[in-house]
Amino acid sequence: MKFGVIVFPGSNCDHDAYHVISKHVGQPVDFIWHRDTDLSSYDAVIIPGGFSYGDYLRAGALARFSPVMNSVKKFADSGRFVLGICNGFQILCEAGLLPGALIRNRDLHFICEHVNVRTETIDSPFTNELTRGSVLRIPIAHAEGNYVCDDATLDELQNEDRIVFRYCDRAGNVTAESNPNGARDNIAGICNRGRNVLGLMPHPERACEDLLGSSDGRDIFRSLAATLAAVVV
Amino acid sequence: MKAKVYVNLKSGVLDPQGKAIQHSVELLGFSGISDVRQGKYFEIALDGSVDDSQARESVEKIAREVLSNPIIEEYRVEIES
Repeated sequence: MKFGVIVFPGSNCDHDAYHVISKHVGQPVDFIWHRDTDLSSYDAVIIPGGFSYGDYLRAGALARFSPVMNSVKKFADSGRFVLGICNGFQILCEAGLLPGALIRNRDLHFICEHVNVRTETIDSPFTNELTRGSVLRIPIAHAEGNYVCDDATLDELQNEDRIVFRYCDRAGNVTAESNPNGARDNIAGICNRGRNVLGLMPHPERACEDLLGSSDGRDIFRSLAATLAAVVV
Repeated sequence: MKAKVYVNLKSGVLDPQGKAIQHSVELLGFSGISDVRQGKYFEIALDGSVDDSQARESVEKIAREVLSNPIIEEYRVEIES
């Protein structure tokens, strides 16, 4: 199996993602410059966090027009796996690969702290090694992480079991107090209808070593690796 | 020829920046302000090779597909000859 980490001008979590794939997942991984369009040798791509195009216009709005994004759409349509983290989630929403949008945090602050998220579904290639309801401690670092969508989209996400992570307290209760940014229904991460595209605001790649305060993020990469091991010849 | 594009958050979409601006304005002593919403304004210079209606059509497309996110924002286009 082979991973790719897409690099836009302004991406800054690309090396973290690369490090986790090479060191903790132990699989080959390449950086993919945003002008490259050939994704044929990859089984999964990560759209990393950062400030692509300086967050000009709207977070993720300009990255959507990079040449690589057409290839990412085709890649996702073919059933291969796309993981968008933080700015990557914003880009996936702007590109229409995931529904909804991420707007300015409720309290305007850039929030950089560890939060708790509850695993809402294990029916996804990114969470199938987790337990439903398990609480992961993962850092967030964003100013625009307030997930919004219309009522119809929310119903669809709920009915199709596509809300993958929700902000919660340490015990796993989804409460208003544990919602760091005002996200609708405490949504921290969602997947597409095909379940092969996940976007989430928390940074699992920053939570893979105890030295960094948490290694809970490893389970997400472990799940994806297990999925790939089963499907990639 | 110039196009002006105004992009605003749809009503109902939280605008914490607008709220913060309103608060600051009120601290300055201005009263009677019931709401402040922050938006974006774009000026697009056109080279005059197309007529007004073609220009409007192009700029509407730019506004819809690039300058605004239709999930959270709405836009208005003005063409100045």
